[in-house]
Amino acid sequence: MNALNTTLILAAAFLAVFGEAAFSVLRHWLGAQVDLLPALMVYSALNTDIVTVSLLAVSGGLWFDALSANPLGASVMPLFAVGFVIYLQRELILRELPFAQFVLGAIASAVTPALTILLLLTGGQEPLFGWGSIWQWLVMTAGGAVATPIVFEFFGWCQRALGYQPRVETSFRPDREIRRGHN
Amino acid sequence: MFRKKHYLALGAVTLVALLIFSLPQREVSRFKLAVGGLFLPLFGLLNATQQLPGDAATAVLPRRELLKELENLHRENQQLRVQELQAAAIARENNQLRALLNRQRQMPWKLKLANVVLRDPANWWRTVQIDLGSRDGLRENLPVLTPDGLVGRVSSVGVTRSQVVLLGDPNCRVSARVENQAHDMGIVSASGPLDNALVELTYLAGGANLKPGENVVTSGQGGIYPPGIPIGQIVDSRPVEFGLYTEARVKLSAKLGGLEQVWVLFP
Repeated sequence: MNALNTTLILAAAFLAVFGEAAFSVLRHWLGAQVDLLPALMVYSALNTDIVTVSLLAVSGGLWFDALSANPLGASVMPLFAVGFVIYLQRELILRELPFAQFVLGAIASAVTPALTILLLLTGGQEPLFGWGSIWQWLVMTAGGAVATPIVFEFFGWCQRALGYQPRVETSFRPDREIRRGHN
Repeated sequence: MFRKKHYLALGAVTLVALLIFSLPQREVSRFKLAVGGLFLPLFGLLNATQQLPGDAATAVLPRRELLKELENLHRENQQLRVQELQAAAIARENNQLRALLNRQRQMPWKLKLANVVLRDPANWWRTVQIDLGSRDGLRENLPVLTPDGLVGRVSSVGVTRSQVVLLGDPNCRVSARVENQAHDMGIVSASGPLDNALVELTYLAGGANLKPGENVVTSGQGGIYPPGIPIGQIVDSRPVEFGLYTEARVKLSAKLGGLEQVWVLFP
């Protein structure tokens, strides 16, 4: 994958984290904020190389933790774990299908916060946790699932708009030209 | 070679995570503030964007409306001045009485206004970021409130912004007193993750007779919050651990869901 895609993914992660902290419309109406990093990780794991996956996990996780009360680095490993598993299995996944993207987005958005909470509890932290967390988890899963095909569509559009287009081959071949006027 | 690259990446990310986890707390805080500083240009952009509708509304507001508003503000200002005079007289009298009883004189609150710029992106914490930092004299554990009541305390301080941990977060516990005849004391602690208007008041004495609607204020114990800051009202109570102690739900006076401006209280 080219550097443009990696840069775009990291820029999108940066803006996504800021947007999650700055705008709380969803939190106000649904009681939970949707995390877009798992959706970006699904796209990255299916379409880019392992370096981009690692960069997204480290930088996205650090940006998220910097604006949150999470201990710094708590979100890095859960994000990377999800990306790494999808990356290893990506040859078996029908990545072009929106339904597959939707399902992968749901799984990634469900697993990432669960792993983060597990890591926090293991580290002796006391996050807010109760029956209401199940609702928040469902909102995050559904939000991530819906966001993933949109992320694929957005990056597909960016690639078409900013990347090099493949050269169109013509059907003309000089060795197959029919020569006329000879005996 | 292909597989080796995978494991190299796995090792590198694990190493980075372990390295950050193993750093001393102070270094981690600095690093966190430095990473958070990357968002500073976006803070400015966000502020400018938020001011735009207000500026536009002011520009198109008729002069008559503005004059009416100004007159109302003048009237309110005069009322507040009279109330201030009365409050100053009460404070003087209070200080004289405290001096007679050999009790420490109450100092007036010093407040600084701050804008709430960001909320915690994680659903399992209840914190916000404000646009005051160490250059404005902020330090950790300063109480934060609104005119309605207590909001929380400053938990970490950067140069230009600080993090405030709100009531209802597991890291914000407040010693509180119920304004009833028994002056029941308890600890305001974490609530459920969904409703940010309710908190738990725990470790109240067994058999405490609490009535819905009774006011809960800070007790002044613990050394962070001065006494008498309103926290909320009792909703209901129940005995816990076979009546060993009582727990109550408290509806917060401050509306944490729609915080835009808060006051930081300096001792």
